[in-house]
Amino acid sequence: MQTIDMASTPLREVNSTLQAQKEDTNQKAWEIINPKGSHAIACGLDGPIEVTVRGSTGYYSAGMNKQAHVHIVGSAGPGVAENMMSGMVIIDGDASQYAGATGNGGLLVIKGNASSRCGISMKGIDIVVYGNIGHMSAFMAQSGNLVVLGDAGDALGDSLYEARLFVRGKVKSLGADCIEKEMRPEHLEILADLLERAGADAKPEEFKRYGSARQLYNFNIDNASAY
Amino acid sequence: MTEMSKGGSGIPRTVPRKPDIFSDAVNAEIRRAAATGIYDIRGGGTKRKVPHFDDLLFLGASISRYPLEGYREKCETSVVLGTRFAKKPIELDIPITIAGMSFGALSGPAKEALGRGATAAGTSTTTGDGGMTEEERGHSEKLVYQYLPSRYGMNPDDLRRCDAIEVVVGQGAKPGGGGMLLGQKISDRVAEMRNLPKGIDQRSACRHPDWTGPDDLEIKILELREITNWEKPIYIKVGGARPYFDTTLAIKAGADVVVLDGMQGGTAATQDVFIEHVGQPTLACIRPAVQALQDMGMHREVQLIVSGGIRSGADVAKVLALGADAVSIGTAAMVALGDNDPRWEAEYNELGTTAGAYDDWHEGKDPAGITTQDADLMSRLDPIAGGRRLSNYLKVMTLEAQTIARACGKNHVHNLEPEDLCALTVEASAMSGVPLAGTSWVPGGDGGY
Ligand SMILES: Cc1cc2nc3c(=O)[nH]c(=O)nc-3n(C[C@H](O)[C@H](O)[C@H](O)COP(=O)(O)O)c2cc1C
Repeated sequence: MQTIDMASTPLREVNSTLQAQKEDTNQKAWEIINPKGSHAIACGLDGPIEVTVRGSTGYYSAGMNKQAHVHIVGSAGPGVAENMMSGMVIIDGDASQYAGATGNGGLLVIKGNASSRCGISMKGIDIVVYGNIGHMSAFMAQSGNLVVLGDAGDALGDSLYEARLFVRGKVKSLGADCIEKEMRPEHLEILADLLERAGADAKPEEFKRYGSARQLYNFNIDNASAY
Repeated sequence: MTEMSKGGSGIPRTVPRKPDIFSDAVNAEIRRAAATGIYDIRGGGTKRKVPHFDDLLFLGASISRYPLEGYREKCETSVVLGTRFAKKPIELDIPITIAGMSFGALSGPAKEALGRGATAAGTSTTTGDGGMTEEERGHSEKLVYQYLPSRYGMNPDDLRRCDAIEVVVGQGAKPGGGGMLLGQKISDRVAEMRNLPKGIDQRSACRHPDWTGPDDLEIKILELREITNWEKPIYIKVGGARPYFDTTLAIKAGADVVVLDGMQGGTAATQDVFIEHVGQPTLACIRPAVQALQDMGMHREVQLIVSGGIRSGADVAKVLALGADAVSIGTAAMVALGDNDPRWEAEYNELGTTAGAYDDWHEGKDPAGITTQDADLMSRLDPIAGGRRLSNYLKVMTLEAQTIARACGKNHVHNLEPEDLCALTVEASAMSGVPLAGTSWVPGGDGGY
């Protein structure tokens, strides 16, 4: 295990060291101590490494992650794992706004709660939240799966495209064009796999599925109030 | 006006008179809206007349200032963008760049032609909403990668293989608005790049999904720099809304370059009401932006690129004289490729329009094969010939700007200054801050927003 102390190592050095670890690296385990809420920690990684951040982070931790497994032993600021491509990001605490925004792939696990706009514009990422999520989550979400073990805030899935939303608790309100949908066997299967990979203690049968009614896909004046 | 009489009675009467504000065009639009229930969506820029660069003139040299000899005495045109923070600034031979135009709005061959033309002329092209294509990366020696609210196709690999990053906050055609690409143009390839179902009317968000305001933007820029090893110049593109404050905040947020797009700027598809009624004319935006750069002590350190209605070397020279470092062109580049060419007149007529007026780019039926995803239509544009036309045009514009700069006694186009200009109208004088011709009078004067 390689340890980097952010009390003495500047962000640029931290990130360039981690970003330099490619496919063939033999230094696979990294630990970052004293992150002290710094922004953009462990962003732009692209190698099969495991990074443990001991403490809470600021904005955009693990942004655009590829391949790497990043584990934040603390809470994460806004935009954690934004635009993630692959790999895995786990947050032991809570995540602020826009967690997993625009993510294209990989798995984001939030063990606490996530704030508003979780999974906004998601494009293929899978997100599992053990707790609750805030308002406007999965706004314009395009594809991928958002799994919430707790409750969802207002306007869930507003202007949704093809992403699948699974919520176990209450949904305060659904956004425009988002509806509850039938849970078919293939959905239970997807859900079972995600819950298992996220280490979440819940049964697929306890969830409801939400998705796009696809009424706003082509403009129609009679839907004007929904735009 | 002819006097009309009824039934030969010889009694004079009033002539039929149409109201100026309810013109035939206005009434036709009311009838169209009433019949269809949808606002008019179109491509292109402002069609109404607003004060523009034609309302400025250069003074030229005289006894007090002497000119440079055309073709003999050098007049430089190069520009370096991104000198503030980027490890690898972009060096261009000419101060004219190709603006961001999305793949999806434009065809693959059109993007290739832009890359070929720009590269031959020694300048850069820009991606757009919809991501980076091989056509443009492969054929553009210098490529600016747009970072847009939609984040379609955004990924760290393309971020690392571009030459600069342009964070798009707004566009002159629609400051405060998002993009749209209607179903007819969401082909399989476009749908896949954007990760969307084929054939839907796609709306791009108007705000970024993971930041709001200048403080967040500063952190977003930090992240982008960290991902790209602080190599790439970072541009911030804003529509011509509040150029003084937007430029100030862009500088504060850490921009290397500010791209300012005035209201005349083109778009691929936007509501007509947006294009014609939101934003300030390009002419009115430049001085406040330059003032902001000067007030922050950043003029020439943070570069300013201006776009929105640039057509000729004269326009380029005027923008530079007002204090910008470079210009960017969209519509004019498309015209150079062959957009709205009268050779397709019969087909424009079939679409109910005429060459020069065709703006239904969102419908994907472009006879010139530029704003389409239809395989047959897009094959009409030969990217090599189109690229050649674009590079010719860019070189002509550059020569024109040099001609003017030499006439004003400047050995670099950047040495042009407001003192080389006068304004033809009171409006243009107030907006550009240069005196009305024949006077020393500049109306206004407190600098604008
Ligand atoms: C067909 C077309 C597509 C465009 N697509 C984008 C885009 O994706 N992103 C963007 O920031 N601006 C886009 N623009 C605006 C241009 O980048 C630029 O601001 C504008 O064209 C400049 O004004 P001009 O057309 O008068 O030269 C587009 C413009 C056109 C004409």
